[in-house]
Amino acid sequence: MKILVGVKRVIDYNVQVRVRPDETDVDLSNTKMAMNPFCEIAVEEAVRLKEQGIASEIVVVSVGPKVVQEQLRLAMALGADRAIQVETEDAVDSLAVAEVFAELVAQEQPGLVLLGKQSIDSDNNQTGQMLAGMAGLGQATFASAINFKEGCIQVTREVDGGLQTLELTLPAVVTTDLRLNEPRHARLPDIMKSKKKPIDVRPLGDFNVTAQNYLKVLKVQAPAQRQAGEMVASVAELVDKLKNQAGVIA
Amino acid sequence: MSVLVVAEHLGGVLQSGTARVVAAALQMGDGVDVLVAGHNVSEVAEQAASLAGVRAVVVVDQPNLASQLAESVCEVVLTLVDSYSHLLAAASTFGKNLLPRVAGIKRLPQLSDVIEVISADTFKRPIYAGGAIATVQNTAPLKIITVRTSAFGAVGQAAAAAYSGVSVDVNNSLTSLVSETQADAAGPELGSARVVVSGGRGMGSKENFALIESLAGRLNAAVGASRAAVDAGYAANDLQVGQTGKIVAPELYVAVGISGAIQHLAGMKESRVIVAINQDEDAPIFKIADYGLKMDLFEALPQLESALS
Repeated sequence: MKILVGVKRVIDYNVQVRVRPDETDVDLSNTKMAMNPFCEIAVEEAVRLKEQGIASEIVVVSVGPKVVQEQLRLAMALGADRAIQVETEDAVDSLAVAEVFAELVAQEQPGLVLLGKQSIDSDNNQTGQMLAGMAGLGQATFASAINFKEGCIQVTREVDGGLQTLELTLPAVVTTDLRLNEPRHARLPDIMKSKKKPIDVRPLGDFNVTAQNYLKVLKVQAPAQRQAGEMVASVAELVDKLKNQAGVIA
Repeated sequence: MSVLVVAEHLGGVLQSGTARVVAAALQMGDGVDVLVAGHNVSEVAEQAASLAGVRAVVVVDQPNLASQLAESVCEVVLTLVDSYSHLLAAASTFGKNLLPRVAGIKRLPQLSDVIEVISADTFKRPIYAGGAIATVQNTAPLKIITVRTSAFGAVGQAAAAAYSGVSVDVNNSLTSLVSETQADAAGPELGSARVVVSGGRGMGSKENFALIESLAGRLNAAVGASRAAVDAGYAANDLQVGQTGKIVAPELYVAVGISGAIQHLAGMKESRVIVAINQDEDAPIFKIADYGLKMDLFEALPQLESALS
């Protein structure tokens, strides 16, 4: 079975983002970039499925400028077989990315699509569900366990009230949550070998993206900063302040 | 302008977030209808009809909606939504699962986690784990939006709105429910509690985490946890507060043994009063806490509990 995996290049999760002084956008110049952590989990899960003999081929896809090849190379060092870069210099929203993936699903005919549940830049949590809707596939978001059965999968989802397990006919779209696995690090020899694996670069214009630009970002601002308060010396002082100063406990 | 709000319910009870989504909806249009889709949901429909400002409740009550799967509820929403200008749900795991599927099929964008309504087509939402706030205009003919419920106060009760039953053909054969495990619902719901007590990696073990539960019981508070505590197995996943867990904004948030990673702060920094108890005086949580106590939490927690009794 072939697995299609999405990979997004985002700000490194340890880096605090800066807002541009003119409030038009965030400032990512000279910022450390990395693979979105949830995409790392998706790549790891695909590699484990290949190690178990369930997956036969892993195709990783990223939509973006040439630099996203860094993240595609990393995914191939971790175990993906080949990569597709859908090239564009423009910012693309989750709807456009979902349309690209829907077309790739039709071309590549994967048995499973694995995506991160959200990217830590736009924090949308949309692409997998949009893709599943467009492609007429079942979806299991917030996955913390995937088990293969005959012709279907069972996926455990982390939902607000606890855990939920769904059965899905294949092909299906699964989006990864934090506790699905712990991604491995790439080994140097694998990084060297990944340079020989193929990246198929295709312009975004080759895809039938019909989504109109309905969204316009008018402003991006820094959030209101919270002031640090005071240090208290004892539990008694804390309780006193909470009762008599903040008035939050009786 | 008319708004369709997808109600969220569990075990015959309307979830508290829906009253907050209705509050956001009323800032976008005055014809606010609530969709209740599920099975055996007549009580939920009554609860939804009594929310102030609701024009009408549309009830789709049939056995094939019992599990409220996204694929099935999506089919229901698609048959109803064309007469509305806005489609809203809570930015919960239910709403986040459902609305983008509708958006994908309609080939329309979706705005996630809206925290402020500027006008019927312009909204504020956090990006980069709350490191920046984007003001976004959405000119789509149908504006599909999930609402961060902690950013809106709930509407009150009013005389019951009209409600009508509708039946919809649901053909979902893609997914089925195998099992569900509900976490023990001791104490108030995390998303709407007035007080939240959260524990972090500093708790050290699942057994020690009981100290958090005990203090929460004393304060009639909901229990929360940092990602580190959940990853370490000290607390259940549905207690996680943060960028990818629950977003809370209670009157009082008590962070115990939590260092204050960016992704945790994203889930609680809108709380009115924040208390941090940590042995490490350099912990970033102290930079946003109203009251900080540098102390061994195993000394502080019992003292705090007895001081409150």
